[in-house]
Amino acid sequence: MKDKIAEKLLLFIAFSAIGSLLLITFFIFQQGIPLIFKIGLGNFFSMHWSPTRGQFGILSMIIGSLMVTVGALIVGIPFGLACAIYLAEFSSKMVQKTLKPIIELLAGIPSVVYGFIGIVILVPFIRTHFGGPGFSVLASSIILGIMILPTIVSISYDSLIAVPNTYREGSYALGATKWQTVVKLLIPAARSGIVAGIILGMGRAIGETMAVIMIAGNALKIPHSILDSVRTLTSTIALELGYATGDHRAALFACGAFLFIIIITLNIIAIRITGRRE
Amino acid sequence: MIVKTAHLNLYYGSFHALKDIDLSIKENLITGIIGPSGCGKSTLLRVFNRMNDLIQGVRITGAVLIDREDIHSPICDLILLRKKVGMVFQRPNAFPLSIFDNIAYGPRIWGITDKKTLRGIVERSLAAVDLFSVLKDRLKKSALSLSAEERQRLCIARLLAVEPEILLMDEPCSALDPIATGKIEELMLVLKQKYTIIIVTHNMQQAARIADEVGFMLLGELIEFDSAKKIFTNPSDKRTFDYISGRFG
Repeated sequence: MKDKIAEKLLLFIAFSAIGSLLLITFFIFQQGIPLIFKIGLGNFFSMHWSPTRGQFGILSMIIGSLMVTVGALIVGIPFGLACAIYLAEFSSKMVQKTLKPIIELLAGIPSVVYGFIGIVILVPFIRTHFGGPGFSVLASSIILGIMILPTIVSISYDSLIAVPNTYREGSYALGATKWQTVVKLLIPAARSGIVAGIILGMGRAIGETMAVIMIAGNALKIPHSILDSVRTLTSTIALELGYATGDHRAALFACGAFLFIIIITLNIIAIRITGRRE
Repeated sequence: MIVKTAHLNLYYGSFHALKDIDLSIKENLITGIIGPSGCGKSTLLRVFNRMNDLIQGVRITGAVLIDREDIHSPICDLILLRKKVGMVFQRPNAFPLSIFDNIAYGPRIWGITDKKTLRGIVERSLAAVDLFSVLKDRLKKSALSLSAEERQRLCIARLLAVEPEILLMDEPCSALDPIATGKIEELMLVLKQKYTIIIVTHNMQQAARIADEVGFMLLGELIEFDSAKKIFTNPSDKRTFDYISGRFG
C-alpha cells in the first residue's frame, strides 16, 4: 500500500518535471513565433536591431554568439583534449583521483564568478597588452573556453577510458609508443565521445549569459577584430527583457526560441553520436 | 636457439609467478606451452615481448635472450624488440579502424607513409593469411564488421606487416569455433616455414596437432620440455602424464 502511494507520487513528480519543461517550451514559442511571422523571416535575420523603431534583426547577435562560441572552442578543445588525454593515459591513479573531481568542480562555480574574474583580471590585461576596450570577443572566448573545459574533459576522458585495453596492448605489441597509440588509435577509437563532448561544450558556450554580459562589452555591432566588443543573443535577452514591452518583448522571446532550437539540435546530435557508438 | 631463458623468475608483487625457468626455443618450429589455467604460461609468453612491463609491480630476475641479446639489458630497444617479437592475443583485437588501416598501422608507426608501399604491404600481409581474395574489395570497411576468425587472421596479418621473426600466440583460437580453429592451425603450419611460433594453449589436442616441441607448466614451474611426440606419448614426469591423461587441469 505504501509502495503504491510512493510509486504514484514519484510518477506525479516525474511528470510534473517533464510537464513544466513542455510548458516552458510552449510558452517561449507561443510568445516569440508570432512576431517572426509579423515582421517576416528576412527582417528577423537582418542586421538592424532597433526596438524603438520597430526593427528586430538579430543577425549581429547571431554573429556575436557564433564568434564567442568558436573562440571558446578554439581555447577549450586543445586544453580540454590535452587534459583528458593526460588524465586517461599518462597520469597515475592518484593524480586521476585528485584532478578529475577538481576539474568537474569547475562546472559548479557560478558563472558570475567567472565573469568577475574576467572583469578584474582578463579585461584590464587585454586592454593594456593588446589594446581596445578589453571587453571583447577575446576575453569572452577565453573565459567561456575555461567554462566548457569540464564538459569536454570529462566526456572525452570517459570515452578514452572506455576504449578496451586489448587495443592498447595490440598497439604496444606492434612496437608503438604510448604517444603513437594515443594519436593513431585511442583518439580515433574514442572519436565519437570526444565529438559529443565538444558539441555539448558548444551548447554550453552558446547558452552562457552572465559571464558573457560582464566581459563582452555588449556593443550592438559586428566586431571587426577579436579585440572588439560584441553582443550575444543571450546577453540581449538578459539585458533588455527587464524593460521590454509589446513587440520588443516578443522579439526577445523569438531570440529565445531560436537559441532553444540551436541548443536542442546540438544536444540531439551529441546524443546521436554517443548512441551510435554503443 | 632463437629464444633462451636461464633461471627466469617473475614476481607480481610478492606472488612468485614464474619459478626458475630454463628453456630453449628453436627457430622455425612451433613450440607449444601447455598447462592448467593460472600456471603462468601466458605470463611466460608475455616475458618474450616484455608486455609485462605494462603491469605495475612486476619484477623479473634471470636472463632472457632473443637472438643472443638480453632483452632486459638497458641497451635493448624495447620498440625494436616488439617489432621483432609479435603477439597475437586471445580475443581478436582488430582495431576500430578500416581493414586497410589495421594492417597499415604497424608500418605507419615505423615511418612508412608512401601510399604505394603501404598498399603493397597490406596486400602481401592479407595474402599471407589467405584473406586478400576475400577482402580485396572492402579494404575501406571497418575491421569490426569481420567474423571472429577473419579478425584473428587480420590480427596475424597486422603482425606480419611489421616483418617480425617470432610470433607469440596467446590462446589464439579460444574465441573461435572448431572449423575456424582448424583454419588458423593450418595457417600456423604454413607460417612456421618463415617464422618461429610460440603458442600458449589450454587445448592439448591443439598442441599435439601443430606443435613440434612442447613445454608443460604447472604452478609457475616448467615441469618438462621436449618434442611433442615424447611429451604426448611417453612423458618423463608423472605430473605431465597425469595432466595429458586428464587426471587434472
